[in-house]
Amino acid sequence: MVVRRVNARQHIDERSPMSESQTRPPSRLLRNLNAKIASIPMILTAVVVFAGGTAWTVLYSFTNSKLLPRLNFVGLDQYTRLWAAPRWLVSIENLLIYGVLSLIFSLVVGFVLAALLDQKIRFENTFRTIFLYPFALSFIVTGLVWQWLLNPEHGIQSVVRGLGWTSFSFDPLYNSEIVIYGILIAALWQGTGLVMCLMLAGLRGIDEDIWKAARVDGIPMWRTYLFIVIPMMRPVFVTTLVIIASGIVKVYDLVVAQTSGGPGIASEVPAKYVYDYMFFAQNLGQGFAASTMMLLSVVIVIVPWAYLEFGRRRRA
Amino acid sequence: MNIATKSPTIAADADGDTGPRGPKPKRTLSRRNIIVYGTLLVAAIYYLLPLYVMIVTSLKGMPEIRLGNIFSPPLEITFEPWIKAWSSACTGLNCDGLSRGFWNSVRITVPSVVLSIAIASVNGYALANWRFKGSEFFFTILIVGAFIPYQVMLYPIVIILREIGLYGSLSGLVIVHSIFGMPILTLLFRNYFTSMPEELFKAARVDGAGFWGIYLRIMLPMSLPIFVVAVIIQITGIWNDFLFGVVYTRPETYPMTVQLNNIVNSVQGVKEYNVNMAATLITGLVPLIVYFVSGKLFVRGIAAGAVKG
Repeated sequence: MVVRRVNARQHIDERSPMSESQTRPPSRLLRNLNAKIASIPMILTAVVVFAGGTAWTVLYSFTNSKLLPRLNFVGLDQYTRLWAAPRWLVSIENLLIYGVLSLIFSLVVGFVLAALLDQKIRFENTFRTIFLYPFALSFIVTGLVWQWLLNPEHGIQSVVRGLGWTSFSFDPLYNSEIVIYGILIAALWQGTGLVMCLMLAGLRGIDEDIWKAARVDGIPMWRTYLFIVIPMMRPVFVTTLVIIASGIVKVYDLVVAQTSGGPGIASEVPAKYVYDYMFFAQNLGQGFAASTMMLLSVVIVIVPWAYLEFGRRRRA
Repeated sequence: MNIATKSPTIAADADGDTGPRGPKPKRTLSRRNIIVYGTLLVAAIYYLLPLYVMIVTSLKGMPEIRLGNIFSPPLEITFEPWIKAWSSACTGLNCDGLSRGFWNSVRITVPSVVLSIAIASVNGYALANWRFKGSEFFFTILIVGAFIPYQVMLYPIVIILREIGLYGSLSGLVIVHSIFGMPILTLLFRNYFTSMPEELFKAARVDGAGFWGIYLRIMLPMSLPIFVVAVIIQITGIWNDFLFGVVYTRPETYPMTVQLNNIVNSVQGVKEYNVNMAATLITGLVPLIVYFVSGKLFVRGIAAGAVKG
């Protein structure tokens, strides 16, 4: 290919845009021009918004910007203030509790539901439709419904009391000790259907012969799941984990709708802290610092995963 | 699948025994089946209960709500709450109901869906069939960007929109939705176009079709299913959005979710739970209809769109 005449090469290049590796004539920028023009929105989004915007926010998190962004560097001041703010500490604590519990519960519940649906049952489609429909609803709708269900005067608590158990008390949305669990219940209602769906797809990908072999060997079903099927579904679990984790960090609408961060500051989350400081408190620097911390937490989750995936592929 | 594994054993039984033929009756009440169906039913109740309570509450009058319990069906069905939620519920000083938010959401969702899919499908097509130097690099940034919390990019986008004079307008929000829909949709289309036979593309090239010709005449007509999947992802995603709506629009142009939250969580006045639930139900209706109509395609969409988180 390399020894071909320039004219011919140009011709070839135009015909087969995939042949990338060759050295090419001066009109390199104009080659494949239409594809480049068509990709301008993507390039702008990637470079200006995603890369540029992120860099901008991180940079300005080191300034004392208040109402307007100013390049007045104050070092790590915003971060010291952030980690001294009780509201931020509560937010982080809530995110940790919510994150760990929703990871565990949605994986367990999602997997169990998927495994049950995989038992060749009747009405599988009906059950799947029922488990998944909350996922189509927004967090706002989810939050408002569960706010109503958990309403202490009319909701579940009063119904149970009406049945005769008068000392029954379950009002997570008005009790700052357990409010985050009230949010967790709603979040699980909305999100486990998705996990179930991903798990079900993973289970269907398991070769039927594995089951036959396990049955021939007399291995009980639960052991087959625990020691054979789940290890085989590792990629599905990893993907699901990443999806759930990146969703957890973003949790915002649900809290706004269900409790508005209350009672007091008991159910605050980092995303809400960022929004409130940027658009209400007019303390941009704090907002930027808090959002940079959110970015950092995502990096901590994503990078080891990417490393593992990448490393695995290398070895393979 | 199990039928395949089970039928040989059943057949063997029938052959071996001289007793009655055919499959064993009364297998449905085995202990295992009771556990399986019992668990599934309990779970189904947990998932259905909120929808049921929403519907029941929205059909009751306020006196009945104050006295009765939330699970009891309405004694007297009234559509008053629905009418009030749609046309006269108040947010602040504004009392024209959810209808305003509904039409705002329509005016946001329709152009956003069209624009984001147009951009993303062309991107995916360029990435699959017309790779150029750096295209994979930009694509990688785009995919990594999908994992960055939106909060990090909120303010830079405010500045960009302000510079081009679209901050607070519906078109600004349409652009924002197109930007944030791009990673997942581009991935979706790129993977789909890559899986199409390359001969098709080459044959069109030999016949002299160019970039846009191949896209419009070959790729587009051949990939309608994936477009439907993309439409489902985008309609539900954009309709359900709250964060971008509240950041990038003004109160007159608030989408439905934002207005709903303002109606239900407003502190003034007596809480009208029936109106609130009617409003919540109306807001959830569009994605629910999309969900029930699209069926399997929705499942396919979330398998791809799950990354959006």
